[in-house]
Parts: sequence; structure tokens; C-alpha cells
Amino acid sequence: MASIEMRNIVKKYGDGFPAVNDVSLDIADGEFMILVGPSGCGKSTLLRMIVGLEDITSGDMVIGGTRVNDKAPRDRNLSMVFQNYALYPHLSVYENIAFPLRLQNAPDDEVRKRVTEAADVLELHEHLDRKPANLSGGQRQRVAMGRAIVRAADAFLFDEPLSNLDAKLRGQMRTEIARLQRRLGITTVYVTHDQTEAMTLGDRVCVLRKGLIQQVASPRELYEQPVNLFVAGFIGSPPMNFLPATVSGSSLETPFGTIELDERRAKAVEGKELVLVGIRPEYFEDASLVDEAKRPLGSVFTARVDVTEWLGDSQYAYIPYDAPEDVTLQLKELSRELDSDQLRTQAIVSIDATSRIREGREAEFWLDSRKVHVFDPETGDNLTRDADAGAELTRMAAQDRVEQVEQARQKAG
Amino acid sequence: MSTRERNWWIVAGIGIILYALFPIAWIVSLSFKAPADIANGQFLPTVFTWENYSLILTGDASELFLPALLNSFGICLIATFLSCLLAMFAAYAIARLDFPGKKIILSTALAVAIFPVISIVTPLFNLWRQIGLYDTWPGLIIPYLSLTLPISIWTMSAFFREIPWEMEQAAQVDGATTWQAFRKVIVPLAAPGVFTTAIIAFFLAWNDFVYGISLTSTGAARPVPAALGLFSGASQFEDPTGAIAAAAVVVTIPVIILVLFFQRRIVAGLTNGAVKG
Repeated sequence: MASIEMRNIVKKYGDGFPAVNDVSLDIADGEFMILVGPSGCGKSTLLRMIVGLEDITSGDMVIGGTRVNDKAPRDRNLSMVFQNYALYPHLSVYENIAFPLRLQNAPDDEVRKRVTEAADVLELHEHLDRKPANLSGGQRQRVAMGRAIVRAADAFLFDEPLSNLDAKLRGQMRTEIARLQRRLGITTVYVTHDQTEAMTLGDRVCVLRKGLIQQVASPRELYEQPVNLFVAGFIGSPPMNFLPATVSGSSLETPFGTIELDERRAKAVEGKELVLVGIRPEYFEDASLVDEAKRPLGSVFTARVDVTEWLGDSQYAYIPYDAPEDVTLQLKELSRELDSDQLRTQAIVSIDATSRIREGREAEFWLDSRKVHVFDPETGDNLTRDADAGAELTRMAAQDRVEQVEQARQKAG
Repeated sequence: MSTRERNWWIVAGIGIILYALFPIAWIVSLSFKAPADIANGQFLPTVFTWENYSLILTGDASELFLPALLNSFGICLIATFLSCLLAMFAAYAIARLDFPGKKIILSTALAVAIFPVISIVTPLFNLWRQIGLYDTWPGLIIPYLSLTLPISIWTMSAFFREIPWEMEQAAQVDGATTWQAFRKVIVPLAAPGVFTTAIIAFFLAWNDFVYGISLTSTGAARPVPAALGLFSGASQFEDPTGAIAAAAVVVTIPVIILVLFFQRRIVAGLTNGAVKG
């Protein structure tokens, strides 16, 4: 077990393009850290630098107090699960899991004991004699994890381990990985582009964009107090809506009517003219279904619904709106960067599943203005971010985590 | 596939098999004919005889044929082994490592492969006599490597490229040195490729005639194809057709055995299940 510290890590490829640019990140002992971002953000490169499969151009990589920049992968004592599992097809499941031990020349009984333990944890007993070719995707995934946990490694590294599984299995394996990590309490770095995995698994999440760290925080803080447009747009599904707005005093004029800001936020946007308002889909509601008591906390507006999607437990409505040319361009640029190609400016609105709002009709919506964020369209910065509230969320998550690990250790001990 | 379509495939398949096997069948039948029968223009011998085989294995021609058979086996096996070993390292480097001149190596290998053998045989003959390699095993093994190495490097680098990079990286993370990763992961995975390459290389060497006839003069190193050319009839006026046919059958047998033996290994898709499925 060890902590991982990265200090000003830079990775430049032959053409001088920095895939990872000045990344400093501390991962505490036993922490579950997620590296997340759209494709090409440098998250996999960063992981491969930790494990030693990629050279570090400059900066220090410190694992468990020792600088490992010049150490070969095998001297770093880390274990890794690859995206395509990289099982050895010529070896049985047993020998696949035993492989790291065989390389250490461990005696046979110890190998048997450790492999059996790992197989117990992952329920692989009846498959030990089979070849990887005869296993299903989920079983292969478990073998890959078995190979990772059989050795007393200092940290686990996962490189998009679930992206080759179908949606149902992915959900199961996700909880499996979470349980395993809690149980073993080993420092884990997990790379994914899937924000559900990022939100559910991580103690802390590190959002990367073009090789630069955007924000490192607990999932809750990322969701409620994003640092900029990019993080706000990346975290959350369906994504946050960004509406162009003009500032007039303490209120914002948006295509969906006027939004009143509280004192703190009004002060933050002072002096700006055109801003972007970030509103999560669930801050909207069908106006006819809003509690009378809640109604004064937001504003009501009418809009024409383009499409509705009813999912049983929830319902989404798509509301197109007009935006100035340059804002439209900027939003398109952002959505392209986030790997989603949004073609039109439209707001995605979450309404109650029982709502009778139908496509193509005018309808009344209610907007909860308490939690909206205001972004500077030029820099993308979040003008209304409450850093203290965010830090508090992360501190609470850390505390929960300590308790969980304590409980797991007591149970195991 | 419809029945009609399948019938067509069967008919076409039989046609191709007949076309390919007819000359071989003719040689086999020829090898069982008595000298008087050979020019009779019939497919089957009128009298079935082992005469030709006894001639080359125990009779007059055996002095020429048996040492040649030994030479051919020895020289071809050594040349195949060496070229597979060398090609394995070369192909690994070409498939995995980034180094300047990679393209040049590959194109040089190709150039060597298509270079006409006949044009270097004469200078080689002179050179070999000067340095004492003429009519020796190494004197044939070295030119055979020039035949077998290029094709071995090409086929093996294709096989190595198929092996996912992650295999090796996973091994390194698991604690293997580069050499251990190569030996314990890459080589077993590349085995079908190595066998395929070995067979191709062996055939190339086994079938060579030009080097064999030019760079040897006695039974010390003369391979079978060259020896066949030197068979003589019972008298000056008689062609050794029967003996040559019998010898041809004998030298074809190892080739057939090789293919049948290694066929399964070649076909076995060993990398199945290595990665996502």
C-alpha cells in the first residue's frame, strides 16, 4: 500500500505536443481516485506513466515515498487491469492468475494458496482449468482482476476496464470493483470516460481536459460546485444546460424568462454583460406539478416542447431556444470537446414521469433558480462557485470514506 | 449456401484437385513402371514393379541418392532452424521497436528475396572455392539462408504484429523482464507463426536446384534435387526416367508429412480469447 504523488508531470510526444501538461496530483494511501475526461485528454497516458509503460518527459512520480521515474514497470510493484484484459491465451485461468507469482519464483504451495484466495474473492473456482478463450466477457474481466489482486501490489491501476462489457454486466462489475476496493483498501487509480463510473466509484475524481487538470474533488463537489464550463458540462447525464443571458442588476434575462439571483451571486456577476447560465435538467419541473410552497423559489416560463422522452421513472423534454451566433458557436465547440455533438441549441429538461406535457405544444415550466451557476463565456470560469461549500462536500466525503474503510477492516479483522 | 451453390463448389473443388494432383499421380505411376513400359503412353503400368525403388535405395543409384537424401535433410533442417531463430528476433524488433532504418531492412529483405539466384551463383562458386566452402554443408546453408530469411522475416513480423501489445505490457507490469515477457508470452503466442514460417522456409531450401548443382561436386554436400539430375540410365541410350520418378516420390513424402503434421498447429488460432470477445 502506498500513496502516489505526481509533481508537475509533463508528457510530450515526438511532435512536441504535450499530452499531459504540468499535472500535480496527490493520491492518498487507500484512496480510490478516478481520472476522467473525454477521449484525448491524457488520462490513459497519465495512468501509463504511473505504471511505467510510458516515459515521463519531466516532473516527479513518487510512489510510497520513492521517486520511480527511472524504474521499470516490474520494479514499481503496481498491478494493472487493461482495457482489453490482456490475458495470456496460452495459459489456463489458474496460470494466468498465478503468472505474477511465477515470475517471483514463489513456491508452489504459496502460489496455490494465493490463487485460491483470489479465486474465492472473484468466484472463479469452477473456471480455473479453462482457457481464457472459453470464458465470457465478464469472466475474463474477473480473471484480469484476479491477476491484479493475487500479488501484494502497492496500488491497482484500471484502464477503462468496463468499456468492453455490455451495459448490464458493466453495472454489476462496477459494484464488484467498488466492493473489492473497499475490502482490500488498496490505493486505486481508475481511468474512465464514463461519468457514471466516475461518480459512483471514486472517492475523488480528477477531471482532465487536453492534458490539464480542471478540477480534483469528490463527485458531489464536482456536480454541485463545478469550477468551469467544461467540468459542469462533463459531469452529469443528461448534461447541464447552458443558456445565454444578459445581466441587468441582480437578475438575468434568459430565453426562458428572468432569473433572480441572490445577493452573493448577484455580486459575483456584477459588471458582466453577457453570461452563460448553467442549469441542470432536474432544476426544471412541469409548472403544474410544483408544490405551492416551492413555487416562489423559482420562476415560471412558457415554452414549446420539441420532443419528450418517457423512461418510466423519469421523463425528459427538449426545448429549443435561440441564442446569439457567437454563443451558439461556443456551445458547439464545447459539446464537440465533450465528445457529444449537439447540433441545435436546446435545453434538456427533466420533468416528472407523470407529467402530461406533450410534444409540439406550449407548456408551462418552473425553474428552480437557487442552484443555478453563472459562467463567464470568454474564460469559461464559474463566476458563482462557492468554494467553501464545495470543500465542505469533499471533506464530508473523505470522512465517510474513512469510516467505511474502518468498518471494512474491522469486519475483515 | 444453397444446394445448387454447394454443388458448384464441390465440382470446382474436384476439378482443382484433379488438376493439381494429376502430375503427381503420373509420377507415382511412372515410378512403378518397368523400363519397357515407360514410353507406352498409358497411365497405369502393365506390370507393377518395385524395381525403380530398389535401384535408388539399394541398387546402382543408391550411392548417389542416399547421401544426397541425408545432405538434403541435414542442410535444409539446419538452414530452417537458423533462419527461424534469426527471423524471430528480427521480426520482433521490426514489429515492436521503433528504430531508424526499419523500412530499409524490410525492403532489403524483399529485394534479396526477389533477386535472381542464377546471377550470383557464378561469383559465389568462385568465392566459395577460394575460401574453402565449396562442396561443404555450410557452403549450402549460407546461400539457403538468403533464400529463407527474407520470407521468414516477412511472415513472422506479420504474425508478431497480430499479437496485442498489451500482452507484453501486462507481463512487464506483472513483473517480467523484457526477455521473460518475450520468452513466456510472445514466443508461445507466436508458435503457430513460427511453425508456418518454418514450413515455408524448409520447402524453399528443399526445392532449391541451382545452388545445389552449382556449389557441390561430390556426395559430401550434394542435395537431392541436384542428385536427381545426375542419375544415368543403365546404358547410354536409356533415360533414367523410372529412377528419377521413384526418387521424386521419395523426396515428396517428407514434405507431405510435414504439412499434415503441422497443419493443425497452423490453423489453431491461438490468440483467440486474448482480448475482448
